[in-house]
Amino acid sequence: MTSTAARVGRDKVSRDGGSPAGAARDRANRDRLRSAWRKRLEIAFFVTPALALFALFVIWPIITAVQLSVFRWKGFGPLTDFVGLRNYLTVLNDDVFVDAVIHNLIIVGGSIVVQLPLGLAIALLLNRKMWGQGLLRTIIFVPYVLAEVIAGVVWFQLLQPQYGVIDNLLGSVGLEAPEQGWLGDPDLALGTVLVVLTWKYLGLAVILFLAGLQSVPEELYEAAQLDGATWWQVQRRITVPLLGPTMRTWAFLSMIGSLQLFDMVWILTGGGPANSTTTMATYLINEGTQSQNFGIAGAASVILFVIALVMAVLYQQLVLSRDTRPDVVTRKKKTRKVIR
Amino acid sequence: MMRNMRGAALVALGSTVALLVSGCVGSGSGPDGGDSNENAEAQEFTWWHNSNGGDGEEYYAQVAADFEAETGATVNIEAMEHQDMLTKLQAAFQSGDDEQIPDVYMSRGGGELAAEVEAGLVRDLTEDSADTISTISNFTDQYTVDDKVYALPYSIGLVGFWYNKEIFEDAGITEVSPSPTIEEFNGYVEKLKDSGATPLSVGAGDKWPAAHYWYYGVVRECPYETVEAAIDSADYSDPCFIKAGEHVEDILAQEPFNRGFLTTPAQTGPTSASGLLATGKVGMELAGHWEPTTTSDLTADGKVPDFLGWFAFPTFEGQGGDPVDQMGGGDAWSVSSAAPDVAVEFANYLLTDEVQQGFAERDMGLPTNPEATGSLSNETLAQLIPVRDGGGVTQLYLDTRLGQSVGGAMNDEIALMFAGEAGPQDVVDAIQAAAEAEQ
Repeated sequence: MTSTAARVGRDKVSRDGGSPAGAARDRANRDRLRSAWRKRLEIAFFVTPALALFALFVIWPIITAVQLSVFRWKGFGPLTDFVGLRNYLTVLNDDVFVDAVIHNLIIVGGSIVVQLPLGLAIALLLNRKMWGQGLLRTIIFVPYVLAEVIAGVVWFQLLQPQYGVIDNLLGSVGLEAPEQGWLGDPDLALGTVLVVLTWKYLGLAVILFLAGLQSVPEELYEAAQLDGATWWQVQRRITVPLLGPTMRTWAFLSMIGSLQLFDMVWILTGGGPANSTTTMATYLINEGTQSQNFGIAGAASVILFVIALVMAVLYQQLVLSRDTRPDVVTRKKKTRKVIR
Repeated sequence: MMRNMRGAALVALGSTVALLVSGCVGSGSGPDGGDSNENAEAQEFTWWHNSNGGDGEEYYAQVAADFEAETGATVNIEAMEHQDMLTKLQAAFQSGDDEQIPDVYMSRGGGELAAEVEAGLVRDLTEDSADTISTISNFTDQYTVDDKVYALPYSIGLVGFWYNKEIFEDAGITEVSPSPTIEEFNGYVEKLKDSGATPLSVGAGDKWPAAHYWYYGVVRECPYETVEAAIDSADYSDPCFIKAGEHVEDILAQEPFNRGFLTTPAQTGPTSASGLLATGKVGMELAGHWEPTTTSDLTADGKVPDFLGWFAFPTFEGQGGDPVDQMGGGDAWSVSSAAPDVAVEFANYLLTDEVQQGFAERDMGLPTNPEATGSLSNETLAQLIPVRDGGGVTQLYLDTRLGQSVGGAMNDEIALMFAGEAGPQDVVDAIQAAAEAEQ
């Protein structure tokens, strides 16, 4: 668009060829100014709907949450009972919330520690030419496509103590399932949730890593083979280092998803048993819509927002920045290949 | 290309303006109809209820049609699933918009109703419904705020043990007392265990079904007035509340519950607490008067299981509460403060002998109008009436009574007690702390 506007300006200048040089320059400037304005107007016109939606569904709720967090409000009538920062103190002094933050952090760490090596291994395997490669890739990716609630309900039924498929399978090979079930035992529940989350989200890691693997230049492999490198050496020295940016981006997405985790936990355990799987999101739903402590829920949501923002910014600055700084050209090429 | 762009921009601008204009037109008010329109509005109202399916929905549609024919009013019915209705009701109240708030809707009474009254959302029915209130006065206590009645209870049920007669028989329990003592009850549990059956199911995953045990402990140990005084003064230091928790701990010590009860849901699916009872997997379950309907939804043939029996929560020797007092609750019709007068007339109509009899015949609940209590067709359900009307007080579910904030904190702590991570004192402390925070 820019080039079109500029060309129109140039055409006009060339048509005005006979006039004095100063006037032509003025006109050219005017035209440029006009086209710059038109450009801005066009941008504004096309961006406004998106900005309006963003303001309505992101900015406004954030402002409302901050506003709610300094009031005590039961859900009816105007906000009149101003309590300052008391709701924040209540939340931060609440063991359940502190545990929820810890659970979120365990899920952030656990997801990365488990899914990264597993996803990488599967991606490396699936990247080799083999029979049924497409089918295997699809199977790995299916859980990710399933709606979280549906996957949650299916797993909830599978994990039922005594009557669930998993307990029955274990029983048939002579193993004993935990007395209260996988989700009913406070010591096992979070681990079980983590397993289900790994099943659900491994596909995303694998598909991203596979896409990243396509961007590793073939010549490097050929050169390594000529040098007599083994398969392991090739993976360790070439594939994994070049997959770095993809892994770091995936880890970022995984981290944000883990911090906001709600659906799966809500379906599987509702945050229980004995608050052993509460996350920040289940905490704020429990306080908000269930107990009508909207001020406390507001404060919890602001804290969740701040934690997610700080972690995201830190990650961007400390980890992702190395991917954005050096040779932009290479990255652009990679991105294009990934999309293809 | 530039011309194309400009053309596209114009089309986009044009369609945006068209959309905006059509949007504005859509949201605008209709043609001004003057007085006749206002009259029609005064005769038109919305009614939200939770009988969304089967006989119940049909019956309510008929009731509304009869009322329309009699009065010339227009009733806009919205039948919703119970949980959906609660969520929608809450959202409507939060909006504070009279257009969004239904004119006649279901209220559960207690602290929830008190909060709505405080926010000026509910209409005082004391005078406009005086006749109806005198008919059902035994049940209006929990719907009264500052001596004014804000809702007309149309179904009050009890929580008690629903049991499987066949499993009991197989376990050698031949005589089941309608109001057992705790020793008798423990005997049932023991015999069921000995026979290899799971004695009880409880949906502790949803918390409130587990909390019902503690509420009943309170009803058995604390006289009604003590509970009301504690709520009014936000002081729960009476030792009877601790005793209630001790009773629950004693029951828990027997390990009578289904495996995985800490995450078992109350009523959803065949592995829920009600599902386990409906499919003959457990001996009994503590549940409200809704249980026959709930179990019928969870059986293959869609019928109330024949094996279902009922007995009251056990009593304890030397207990502080009146043995005839029970715990339960129900539903009432409230009228919103902005509703037209005809909506109050309709709420009264819903409590008339005829409407309540039809309600009872279809086993939609336990009617409050004494003229209708004999009309229940389900015998097991009918069994609850003499217990309910036996001279005692029916204490409202404590979470409803205390309101969602204190009630939520209480249920959370009782759920922890079921997980063995809180004791009787912790429950009382949690309630006390939440009640103080609310002051």
